[in-house]
Amino acid sequence: MPSALINVPAKAKRGSVIEIKTLMSHIMETGYRHTASGDVVPRDIITSFTCRFNGTEVFRADLYPAIAANPFITFFTTVTESGKFEFEWIGDRGFSETAQASITVE
Amino acid sequence: MKIAVCIALLTAMAGTSLAAEIPLSERRSGYSFMSPDTRAMQDEDTANPGMLFVLDGEALWTRKAGGADKACADCHNDARISMKGVAAHYPAFEKALGRPVDLEGRINLCRTNHQQASPFAYESRELLALSAFVAQQSRGMPIAAGDDPELAPFVERGHALFMQRQGQLNLGCTNCHDDVWDKKLAGSAITQGQPTGYPLYRLEWQSLGSLQRRLRACITGIRAQAYDYGSPELVELELYLMSRARGMPIETPAVRP
Repeated sequence: MPSALINVPAKAKRGSVIEIKTLMSHIMETGYRHTASGDVVPRDIITSFTCRFNGTEVFRADLYPAIAANPFITFFTTVTESGKFEFEWIGDRGFSETAQASITVE
Repeated sequence: MKIAVCIALLTAMAGTSLAAEIPLSERRSGYSFMSPDTRAMQDEDTANPGMLFVLDGEALWTRKAGGADKACADCHNDARISMKGVAAHYPAFEKALGRPVDLEGRINLCRTNHQQASPFAYESRELLALSAFVAQQSRGMPIAAGDDPELAPFVERGHALFMQRQGQLNLGCTNCHDDVWDKKLAGSAITQGQPTGYPLYRLEWQSLGSLQRRLRACITGIRAQAYDYGSPELVELELYLMSRARGMPIETPAVRP
């Protein structure tokens, strides 16, 4: 049941700096832990996060083990036109999730 | 003989003077012991990872399950209305069982009796998500558990467990959470142990967890044998803790370090 929480301001002034906050549901299993019987718990993490605005990439991050479960990624960007942010998380075991948020620039 | 009685009396008096219940004006949620960063995480719904579970719970609320092919929403309709304030009254007395059940227990009773589905395992993502979603409908409302007169003997038993010293460290809950909640243990705040935000997202757990999980962790910490999930003792402790926190607002899903 992966789900995402996105916080993008609904409106912004042209050229202003806005903060974007994203929270993605994921266990982020490091691959370094063992079960009680000694077996390695296989790695299961998000490896890549991308944010596009109207199709243009504005932010990207690579993720590694030792990042906490449910990664909370925030960043700043400037906006010059109204449009749509698209978020994409890609990870181990074919994990792939997307989310969207619109902004009106005045 | 006289000396022995004197000593017994003195210890009893010392016990009562230390272990007095915390008055309402001095009751503090674990929230007030946290760093500003962790508080900010709880305060903002898009930064609170507990909300991910609430979203899952919202989806589960309308999902049909079991032999009856019914969803929670088929009987209880909109949780925002029907579940408002419900969690503030749990654990509640269950007539059919003759004992109190907590919110998780109630959800599983509903699953077996009305949905004819298998109960969720304790601490499973589904049970945590549903109980978080239900409890979140009571956010901001004052805790009012334990008022039912039928609960009185169970509150009393929970209280006795709270006071009872046990484990290799020979500590009772009260020895930390009534007596020294303004002090620290290995750099961490001890807190009053007020169950205002369960199920809550604990950064140490990297997950949401129930009050029973928290209690079991504490009991293991005093090196005693923890009661099993769903055991009457844990429910009685939950019940006493909720009645002890009467009047404090529900924070579910809270965030704790």
